[in-house]
Amino acid sequence: MANEKELSQPMPPLGAWAPAVALGWLIPGGGHFLLKRSGRGILLLLAVSGMFLCGLMMRGAMFTPQSGDLLTTLINTGGFIGDVFSGILYLLSAWLGYNQPDQAGAVHDYGTKFLVTAGLLNILAMVDAYEIAARRKE
Amino acid sequence: MPKMNLSHFEAAMLFSLFTSVVLGVVTKRTDRERIEYGAYTFVCFVAALFGIGWLMYLGHR
Repeated sequence: MANEKELSQPMPPLGAWAPAVALGWLIPGGGHFLLKRSGRGILLLLAVSGMFLCGLMMRGAMFTPQSGDLLTTLINTGGFIGDVFSGILYLLSAWLGYNQPDQAGAVHDYGTKFLVTAGLLNILAMVDAYEIAARRKE
Repeated sequence: MPKMNLSHFEAAMLFSLFTSVVLGVVTKRTDRERIEYGAYTFVCFVAALFGIGWLMYLGHR
Protein backbone atom coordinates (compact mmCIF):
# COMPACT_ATOMS: atom_id res chain seq x y z
CA MET A 1 0.00 0.00 0.00
CA ALA A 2 1.46 3.32 -1.04
CA ASN A 3 1.75 5.87 1.74
CA GLU A 4 1.57 9.66 1.38
CA LYS A 5 5.33 10.00 1.02
CA GLU A 6 5.37 7.55 -1.88
CA LEU A 7 2.44 9.26 -3.56
CA SER A 8 4.18 12.63 -3.45
CA GLN A 9 7.35 11.28 -5.09
CA PRO A 10 7.89 12.59 -8.62
CA MET A 11 7.70 10.22 -11.57
CA PRO A 12 11.18 8.81 -12.24
CA PRO A 13 12.70 9.39 -15.70
CA LEU A 14 11.47 7.04 -18.40
CA GLY A 15 14.95 5.67 -19.07
CA ALA A 16 15.24 4.48 -15.47
CA TRP A 17 12.29 2.10 -15.53
CA ALA A 18 11.12 1.53 -19.12
CA PRO A 19 13.77 -1.09 -20.03
CA ALA A 20 13.01 -3.14 -16.92
CA VAL A 21 9.25 -2.94 -17.48
CA ALA A 22 9.56 -3.74 -21.20
CA LEU A 23 11.87 -6.69 -20.58
CA GLY A 24 9.54 -7.80 -17.77
CA TRP A 25 6.68 -7.88 -20.27
CA LEU A 26 8.66 -9.77 -22.90
CA ILE A 27 10.20 -12.32 -20.53
CA PRO A 28 8.39 -12.94 -17.23
CA GLY A 29 10.84 -11.97 -14.47
CA GLY A 30 13.15 -10.36 -17.04
CA GLY A 31 12.87 -6.95 -15.41
CA HIS A 32 14.05 -8.43 -12.15
CA PHE A 33 17.01 -10.08 -13.88
CA LEU A 34 17.94 -6.71 -15.44
CA LEU A 35 17.75 -5.08 -12.00
CA LYS A 36 19.93 -7.85 -10.51
CA ARG A 37 17.15 -9.47 -8.48
CA SER A 38 17.83 -12.90 -9.97
CA GLY A 39 16.25 -14.97 -7.20
CA ARG A 40 12.93 -13.21 -7.50
CA GLY A 41 13.26 -13.20 -11.29
CA ILE A 42 13.62 -16.99 -11.36
CA LEU A 43 10.56 -17.46 -9.14
CA LEU A 44 8.49 -15.14 -11.34
CA LEU A 45 9.72 -16.83 -14.51
CA LEU A 46 8.86 -20.28 -13.16
CA ALA A 47 5.46 -19.26 -11.79
CA VAL A 48 4.24 -17.27 -14.81
CA SER A 49 5.67 -19.71 -17.39
CA GLY A 50 4.37 -22.68 -15.40
CA MET A 51 0.90 -21.17 -15.28
CA PHE A 52 0.96 -20.41 -19.01
CA LEU A 53 2.29 -23.86 -20.00
CA CYS A 54 -0.29 -25.60 -17.83
CA GLY A 55 -2.94 -23.49 -19.58
CA LEU A 56 -1.64 -24.64 -22.96
CA MET A 57 -1.53 -28.28 -21.87
CA MET A 58 -5.11 -28.01 -20.63
CA ARG A 59 -5.95 -26.72 -24.14
CA GLY A 60 -7.23 -23.38 -22.91
CA ALA A 61 -8.54 -20.92 -25.46
CA MET A 62 -6.87 -17.61 -26.30
CA PHE A 63 -9.11 -14.56 -26.40
CA THR A 64 -9.37 -12.28 -29.42
CA PRO A 65 -10.94 -8.81 -29.21
CA GLN A 66 -14.57 -8.92 -30.26
CA SER A 67 -17.19 -6.26 -30.44
CA GLY A 68 -20.85 -6.78 -29.70
CA ASP A 69 -22.71 -6.21 -26.48
CA LEU A 70 -20.85 -4.67 -23.55
CA LEU A 71 -20.24 -7.95 -21.71
CA THR A 72 -18.84 -9.69 -24.80
CA THR A 73 -16.55 -6.73 -25.51
CA LEU A 74 -15.35 -6.55 -21.90
CA ILE A 75 -14.69 -10.28 -21.52
CA ASN A 76 -12.95 -10.75 -24.84
CA THR A 77 -10.91 -7.55 -24.77
CA GLY A 78 -9.96 -8.07 -21.12
CA GLY A 79 -9.04 -11.68 -21.81
CA PHE A 80 -6.99 -10.66 -24.84
CA ILE A 81 -5.08 -8.08 -22.77
CA GLY A 82 -4.44 -10.75 -20.12
CA ASP A 83 -3.14 -13.16 -22.77
CA VAL A 84 -0.89 -10.55 -24.44
CA PHE A 85 0.77 -9.62 -21.14
CA SER A 86 2.36 -13.07 -21.00
CA GLY A 87 4.87 -11.59 -23.44
CA ILE A 88 7.02 -13.97 -25.41
CA LEU A 89 4.97 -16.95 -24.25
CA TYR A 90 1.91 -15.52 -25.97
CA LEU A 91 3.86 -14.36 -29.03
CA LEU A 92 5.51 -17.76 -29.47
CA SER A 93 2.32 -19.74 -29.07
CA ALA A 94 0.49 -17.45 -31.55
CA TRP A 95 3.44 -17.64 -33.96
CA LEU A 96 3.55 -21.45 -33.71
CA GLY A 97 -0.13 -21.57 -34.57
CA TYR A 98 -1.76 -22.40 -31.24
CA ASN A 99 -5.43 -21.85 -31.96
CA GLN A 100 -7.61 -23.81 -29.59
CA PRO A 101 -11.31 -23.19 -30.08
CA ASP A 102 -13.36 -22.46 -26.97
CA GLN A 103 -14.87 -25.79 -25.88
CA ALA A 104 -17.18 -26.90 -23.15
CA GLY A 105 -15.46 -28.73 -20.31
CA ALA A 106 -13.93 -27.95 -16.94
CA VAL A 107 -10.32 -28.63 -17.96
CA HIS A 108 -10.52 -26.39 -21.05
CA ASP A 109 -12.12 -23.70 -18.96
CA TYR A 110 -9.40 -23.93 -16.32
CA GLY A 111 -6.83 -23.76 -19.13
CA THR A 112 -8.35 -20.53 -20.46
CA LYS A 113 -8.23 -19.03 -16.97
CA PHE A 114 -4.63 -20.19 -16.48
CA LEU A 115 -3.59 -18.48 -19.73
CA VAL A 116 -5.21 -15.17 -18.77
CA THR A 117 -4.00 -15.30 -15.17
CA ALA A 118 -0.41 -15.88 -16.31
CA GLY A 119 -0.59 -12.51 -18.09
CA LEU A 120 -2.22 -10.81 -15.11
CA LEU A 121 0.47 -12.16 -12.77
CA ASN A 122 3.08 -10.86 -15.19
CA ILE A 123 1.51 -7.39 -14.91
CA LEU A 124 2.11 -7.61 -11.14
CA ALA A 125 5.72 -8.60 -11.82
CA MET A 126 6.10 -5.62 -14.19
CA VAL A 127 4.74 -3.23 -11.55
CA ASP A 128 7.20 -4.70 -9.04
CA ALA A 129 10.06 -4.19 -11.53
CA TYR A 130 8.90 -0.58 -11.99
CA GLU A 131 8.95 0.03 -8.23
CA ILE A 132 12.43 -1.45 -7.92
CA ALA A 133 13.73 0.59 -10.88
CA ALA A 134 12.16 3.74 -9.43
CA ARG A 135 13.90 2.99 -6.09
CA ARG A 136 10.62 2.78 -4.23
CA LYS A 137 11.42 -0.76 -3.21
CA GLU A 138 14.53 -2.89 -2.71
CA MET B 1 2.37 -30.46 -26.59
CA PRO B 2 1.16 -33.15 -24.16
CA LYS B 3 -2.37 -32.86 -22.91
CA MET B 4 -3.01 -32.35 -19.22
CA ASN B 5 -6.18 -33.73 -17.71
CA LEU B 6 -6.58 -32.51 -14.16
CA SER B 7 -9.41 -32.74 -11.68
CA HIS B 8 -10.98 -29.56 -10.30
CA PHE B 9 -8.98 -30.03 -7.11
CA GLU B 10 -5.64 -30.50 -8.85
CA ALA B 11 -6.19 -27.52 -11.17
CA ALA B 12 -7.23 -25.29 -8.27
CA MET B 13 -4.18 -26.37 -6.23
CA LEU B 14 -1.86 -25.61 -9.15
CA PHE B 15 -3.53 -22.24 -9.63
CA SER B 16 -3.12 -21.50 -5.91
CA LEU B 17 0.54 -22.46 -5.96
CA PHE B 18 1.55 -20.30 -8.93
CA THR B 19 -0.51 -17.33 -7.79
CA SER B 20 0.82 -17.49 -4.22
CA VAL B 21 4.42 -17.53 -5.44
CA VAL B 22 3.91 -14.37 -7.50
CA LEU B 23 1.91 -12.59 -4.78
CA GLY B 24 4.58 -13.45 -2.23
CA VAL B 25 7.41 -12.23 -4.48
CA VAL B 26 5.87 -8.90 -5.53
CA THR B 27 4.04 -7.83 -2.41
CA LYS B 28 6.46 -7.60 0.50
CA ARG B 29 9.84 -6.01 1.12
CA THR B 30 11.99 -8.63 2.86
CA ASP B 31 12.55 -12.27 1.95
CA ARG B 32 11.11 -13.47 5.25
CA GLU B 33 7.93 -11.42 4.72
CA ARG B 34 7.68 -12.72 1.16
CA ILE B 35 7.87 -16.37 2.25
CA GLU B 36 5.35 -15.80 5.03
CA TYR B 37 2.93 -13.93 2.75
CA GLY B 38 3.27 -16.52 -0.03
CA ALA B 39 2.51 -19.31 2.45
CA TYR B 40 -0.37 -17.29 3.93
CA THR B 41 -2.01 -16.69 0.53
CA PHE B 42 -1.58 -20.37 -0.39
CA VAL B 43 -3.26 -21.44 2.86
CA CYS B 44 -6.07 -18.93 2.21
CA PHE B 45 -6.60 -20.33 -1.30
CA VAL B 46 -6.73 -23.90 0.03
CA ALA B 47 -9.05 -22.94 2.89
CA ALA B 48 -11.38 -21.19 0.41
CA LEU B 49 -11.20 -24.23 -1.87
CA PHE B 50 -12.28 -26.61 0.88
CA GLY B 51 -14.81 -24.14 2.35
CA ILE B 52 -16.53 -23.46 -0.96
CA GLY B 53 -16.32 -27.15 -1.86
CA TRP B 54 -18.15 -28.12 1.31
CA LEU B 55 -20.72 -25.32 0.78
CA MET B 56 -21.47 -26.63 -2.71
CA TYR B 57 -21.68 -30.21 -1.42
CA LEU B 58 -24.08 -29.27 1.38
CA GLY B 59 -26.06 -26.99 -0.95
CA HIS B 60 -26.70 -29.88 -3.32
CA ARG B 61 -27.82 -32.43 -0.70
